Amino acid sequence: MLSRVANSLYWMARYIERADNLARLIEVNERVLLDFGSDDAGSQETFWRPIIESSGEDERFAELNADGGEAGSVVYFLTEDRRNPNSIISCVAQARENARMVRDQLSEALWEEINSLFLFVNSESARRMLVEDRADYFSAIRRGTFCFHGIAAGTTLRGEAWEFMDLGRHLERADKTTRFLDIAHFLPPEYAASADHWMAILKSCGALDAYRTINRGAVDRDSVTEFLLFDLNFPRSIAFCIDRVDGCLHHISGRPRGTYGDGAERCSGRLLSKMGFGSMDDVRETGLHAYLDRLQEMINEVGSETFETYVLLQERNQTSPIMPPTTLTPVQAWQMEQQQQQQQ
Amino acid sequence: MFQGYDPDKFYDEMFSEPGEVRASCSDLLKKLEGMSDEEFERRRSACDEHFLRQGVTFTVYHDERGTERIFPFDPVPRVIPGSEWDDLEAGLTQRIIALNLFLHDVYHDQQIIRDEVIPRHHIEGAKHYRPEFRGVDVPGDIYIHICGSDLIRGDDGQFYVLEDNGRCPSGASYLLENRNALKRAFPEVFSGTKVRPVESYPAELRKMLHHVSPHREGDPVCVLLTPGCYNSAYFEHCYLAREMGIEIVEGRDLVVLDNFVYMRTTKGLERVDVIYRRIDDDFIDPTVFRKDSVLGVPGLMKAYRAGNVALANAVGTGVADDKVIYRFVPDMIRYYLGQEPLLPNVPTYLASEEEDLKYMLDHLPELVVKAANESGGYGMLMGPSATKEEIDEFRKLIIADPRNYIGQPVVSLSRCPTSCNGQMAGRHVDLRPYIIYGSEVKIVPGGLTRVALREGSLVVNSSQGGGSKDTWVLRD
Repeated sequence: MLSRVANSLYWMARYIERADNLARLIEVNERVLLDFGSDDAGSQETFWRPIIESSGEDERFAELNADGGEAGSVVYFLTEDRRNPNSIISCVAQARENARMVRDQLSEALWEEINSLFLFVNSESARRMLVEDRADYFSAIRRGTFCFHGIAAGTTLRGEAWEFMDLGRHLERADKTTRFLDIAHFLPPEYAASADHWMAILKSCGALDAYRTINRGAVDRDSVTEFLLFDLNFPRSIAFCIDRVDGCLHHISGRPRGTYGDGAERCSGRLLSKMGFGSMDDVRETGLHAYLDRLQEMINEVGSETFETYVLLQERNQTSPIMPPTTLTPVQAWQMEQQQQQQQ
Repeated sequence: MFQGYDPDKFYDEMFSEPGEVRASCSDLLKKLEGMSDEEFERRRSACDEHFLRQGVTFTVYHDERGTERIFPFDPVPRVIPGSEWDDLEAGLTQRIIALNLFLHDVYHDQQIIRDEVIPRHHIEGAKHYRPEFRGVDVPGDIYIHICGSDLIRGDDGQFYVLEDNGRCPSGASYLLENRNALKRAFPEVFSGTKVRPVESYPAELRKMLHHVSPHREGDPVCVLLTPGCYNSAYFEHCYLAREMGIEIVEGRDLVVLDNFVYMRTTKGLERVDVIYRRIDDDFIDPTVFRKDSVLGVPGLMKAYRAGNVALANAVGTGVADDKVIYRFVPDMIRYYLGQEPLLPNVPTYLASEEEDLKYMLDHLPELVVKAANESGGYGMLMGPSATKEEIDEFRKLIIADPRNYIGQPVVSLSRCPTSCNGQMAGRHVDLRPYIIYGSEVKIVPGGLTRVALREGSLVVNSSQGGGSKDTWVLRD
């Protein structure tokens, strides 16, 4: 498979996953706000600030909304603001742009689904839903991404294309789950410790039913954290996602699991053992926030090492023909594109 | 639906007289008339939706939201009787063979110049002539592998060749998608109509690419080289690559080492044997042609000269697309094949010839004047509709640079019933068949029928309000 194609498939899946997670997060946060029954500016700020920070776009938001964060502008910023490269509309557009670049590799049904989702987020009816019935909007996004995953699973040959997509999806999901868990860090302590908050987090991850199946007791911070970090059977837990990431990388390289032959496999293996042999004691030792920070770093490493291994390495191992000075070398172009993608 | 439809003074593809349907169209007309206006409209919009969902669109620039539009599709097919098609097929086959012989000659001994059939200055004055490729042998000795000749039908019912597009003709995917869309939305109009299928186009294209591979061992690796996803024909590139089951690559995916071309894959470098390139000569190799091109592959021309990779179409075919050289295609056919041309050219006057120039300057208000090296309707004067200032302007241009201008009488294109705001109205059409030259010449029955949707307009280009139709060639 072409390196560029692998890169696009990977980012296509990541952006779809990102849009899905964002939709879940906003929806659940709105519900929590209703439960609290407070709509004064102060508590709006309290509850929305962490969401924006978790998407890494707080500076841009401050720039665009000098007057502070009202619910209306926050939701607009996170959903249909094209100036925000991590809004739902931008993520879907990026996913489709990547899909377009590798359209010949996708099944027709898969392309149609991603294109329909794109047409939907850009449609008048989506805009209307956001004003009149936001729940419908979020459920349409969720359904669209579920359809995408379903069609992908049902129509994609289990080869490199599939593995790169699955890799992108699970790496993004692991990263987003760390961010869901980290929201508590930005909230006022009395709320961060409340069952309401952890219930909301479970719902964001679509995890409440799964959690209930194995946890009969009360919903509290430690047990939710443990579940979303270490449960090996729940598809949004970090341990589960990393196991898939490691599996994908080994399927791609053809090497047996438990061994490594490149930087990507070494990083994923290290992360896998951290999740597989870790426990809540590790979390308590450093505190949740620091623990999640470290996880995010390791997840990013897997991403950048994958890029090194499958996209850049071919370039390094050869002597390039002499290029006229005015043009970018392919590797510069790659790097530029990669930087751009990672910023977004 | 067709009540009150007026073919007017033009050749109409469906009616020979008002109310008199041509024999080849009578079945089709019956089926269309069996449908209520509402039913027809509902299905027409289903076609549009299909194109939108499929992403068969082009991007509207200067719109920050990146709005995408579909190319307008008109569901009333254009019908060509089988016997008429047989004549077209024979004429086009003759033409592509002669053009290829011409290109081989021009890039080798130039016998046609020595025998004074085409004056040397016409060839050397062609913008897309590539003298640096003289003496280079191309794989299979084929230059134009895919030709998209534009045909028009005059008032006399005769087809003429308007131009031969021998560089990177586009539009074949619309031919295939139009058929798809029509079959989905109007399945019953096909039953019993004996329409010849077009679905074999990608397979024929692939066969041709395999045929020209310079390497005989194993399965050749063929790729489609695209300028990238922002190109307006990107949909077509993906579509064809997918249908053929070949890789679609951008310039940055390819690298040239020791005069061989490779693509960068996740498993390392893989050798490429044949490139179906959809990038113009100018952009294909920045070390040889335009230095500022970031779309091309540095070093590609060295691999090509060394005979290690085949390009379809070959480099330098643009000399045959030149509108001055076009004038000599009938002479080429006589010269190389010893046959009379089966498909006529539109009469063409060359401003660089004294007599022709005099005629042109005397008759500017009646002529279409075109710049020899431009395409897509640029650098063109439509005499009958031009203002006096425009005519004077062109008079100056022609006198200043006679090599660059030709004149042709206005041919009023034939018309075909087209659905316009819920009513059938006659609109002008042309026809672009796609001719594939590999181990043999293959032409998919039909081609892309382009239609000028604006009333009275003769311009069928999609950028200027053109749409397209499905083209039916009937089994007689």
